Amino acid sequence: MLATILKRLLGAIPNLIGVIVVTFLLTRALPGDPAAFFAGPAGTAEAVEEIRVKLGLNKSLPEQFLLYVRDLSRGDWGNSLATGQSVLTELTTRLPASLELTLCGLVLAVVIAIPLGILAATRPGSWIDHLCRGIATAGVSLPTFFTGLLLAYIFYFLLGWAPSPLGRLDPYLSSPPTVTGFYLIDSLLVGDLDVFVGAAKQLILPAVTLALFVLAPLARMTRAAMLGVLSADFIRTARAAGLAPTTVLFTYAFRNALLPVMTTLGMVFSFLLGSNVLVEKVFAWPGIGSFAIEALVASDYAPVQGFVLTMALLYVFLNLAIDIAYGLVDPRMRIDQ
Amino acid sequence: MSLLAVENLSLEFRTRSGIVRALENVSLELPEGGSLGLVGESGSGKSVLSFAILGIQDAAARITAGRIRFAGQDLLANEGRAMKALRGRELAMIFQNPRVALNPIRQVGQQIEDVLRRHTDLRGKTLRARAIECLAEVRIPDPERRYAAYPFELSGGMCQRVMIAIALACRPRLLIADEPTTGLDVTTQAAIMRLIRDLGHEKGMATLLITHDLGLAREFCDKLAVMHAGHIVETGPTEAVFRTPAHPYAAQLTRATPVGQDRLENLAAIPGNLPDLRRTDLPACRFAERCERRADDCAIPLPRYEVGAGHTAFCHHPTRLEAA
Ligand SMILES: Nc1ncnc2c1ncn2[C@@H]1O[C@H](COP(=O)(O)OP(=O)(O)O)[C@@H](O)[C@H]1O
Ligand code: SF4
Ligand SMILES: [Mg+2]
Repeated sequence: MLATILKRLLGAIPNLIGVIVVTFLLTRALPGDPAAFFAGPAGTAEAVEEIRVKLGLNKSLPEQFLLYVRDLSRGDWGNSLATGQSVLTELTTRLPASLELTLCGLVLAVVIAIPLGILAATRPGSWIDHLCRGIATAGVSLPTFFTGLLLAYIFYFLLGWAPSPLGRLDPYLSSPPTVTGFYLIDSLLVGDLDVFVGAAKQLILPAVTLALFVLAPLARMTRAAMLGVLSADFIRTARAAGLAPTTVLFTYAFRNALLPVMTTLGMVFSFLLGSNVLVEKVFAWPGIGSFAIEALVASDYAPVQGFVLTMALLYVFLNLAIDIAYGLVDPRMRIDQ
Repeated sequence: MSLLAVENLSLEFRTRSGIVRALENVSLELPEGGSLGLVGESGSGKSVLSFAILGIQDAAARITAGRIRFAGQDLLANEGRAMKALRGRELAMIFQNPRVALNPIRQVGQQIEDVLRRHTDLRGKTLRARAIECLAEVRIPDPERRYAAYPFELSGGMCQRVMIAIALACRPRLLIADEPTTGLDVTTQAAIMRLIRDLGHEKGMATLLITHDLGLAREFCDKLAVMHAGHIVETGPTEAVFRTPAHPYAAQLTRATPVGQDRLENLAAIPGNLPDLRRTDLPACRFAERCERRADDCAIPLPRYEVGAGHTAFCHHPTRLEAA
């Protein structure tokens, strides 16, 4: 098992190399000149040139690339021009914020979409089936930043139920000591319920925004997969054997439907990582997405490259996790076979 | 008294494209320990009938008339509650294509345990021991090891044995076998049929064998019921039906099966197709459009014709009349 995981990780190396090359080229192809940007509107031509030399931008592209790769291999992801901070430090301190938000959105979507899909499949034509189909159609047509803004407008601005959409925690509360970097968990670890509640309140709107985005594909896939499995021959065998309806539904049908649902879950999780960027911007969430956007606007290469690389690594781990989960559910898919 | 008695059962499917009158006025009887072969070409309603007996028919199905009695109990009473209590315990069923009829991601031993856990008080070690015993009963070699196998690791014949083990786990009084050998190779087919017959004899279990293989039915069943387009057109002792078939359909079928080896699907002997069961103008005799003996009076409801002892046909002009 461990050997297989290792093999899979090694197998991902070519992909990562590809990502490194492509992001390097893409950032260089971006409009805007970082040297000019940082010299400011008042910067003289000499000042711009000076910055250019300092950043190594006067060198040829292959040279720049080799230097970049050399630094990466030493664990040096470069520094942000804007903050002067090491990109790696920035990303690692911001990653938990993004992950906490994404996971909350995903969990929220899963606990709503999966029961909804199951109910819709077991009662075709019922109101819950229509609801499921309605959500599936509505969900795909709304972009996340729009839902985010709409939710913030309604629940913060109009109703005042939600706290101001500014970051992970009310400024009057201080963040819990970092253990996992997830405020919900860290606050509980030190038993600070105020912080827990505060963090949860801040999380709700952006998490709901993300959840709404992926609710549709998840519910639709659960429904379709359940419908498919429920008409399978082995379900008839189970019913003919007089098994309890709950056993038939969960042990027999749902566990089999889980496979396509898991594939969708993985896909949806990748969507979420991507759409995080916009949602973080809307809710001033201090995650890696908002960090990347700011860097992008400033043509700040190192953070953008670091961000893309982080995402690529996340995808690799995500796919591995899904393959392992597959094997747990389906003996035909055990990855060491 | 018979163990299973289906009395004048009618069943229809309400579908978007119309009402499918899949069963009409169907009656069957099967004594304790007996074996009945239900034969007829594909689409004649054999599976629908057997699903109805077990109460596992499609949600679109409606039983519009008739009764199903099992050991004196009315299976349809109380919205089928009686049936639910008996299903898997007293009545069991096995299906065709065994490789897809088992849960693909559950160990076969666990699938047997699921049934035992549901219907018995066995738990823990004794439960497992009994599941292994069930595997041994259907002559699966090395049952301890096979307990942990998944269906995809077993051959079709092995999977059918597992399905039989599941069905027989609670020692039912009736086993319905719906084309149990379809999807298996010829040698395996024979082995599975012998297993079903032997276990039936050993345990005094009645079997309802559904097949479109007349030779198979002749070899393994004491009684035969011939089905056509949702009607039972003739029923009687196997040899009587083969020797003196009365209904033109049964006559054509048996004539087309001389040595009991050919399979119905291979025979082009019966011209025409089953009528579309959604038609609103279905004739009283659903064989009329394919029948050589059809006459004007065939349009009125079918009479019951006693061919011999326990041998009945539903036809206005049974072939027997001529021979006599
Ligand atoms: N769920 C269903 N909905 C509508 N029609 C059905 C359904 N199931 C079976 N039928 C129809 O009932 C008839 C009998 O089918 P079936 O019992 O499967 O035939 P057999 O088992 O004899 O080959 C066929 O005409 C089939 O189209
Ligand atoms: S009733 Fe008439 S049409 Fe039907 S099988 Fe008998 S002879 Fe043929
Ligand atoms: Mg069938």
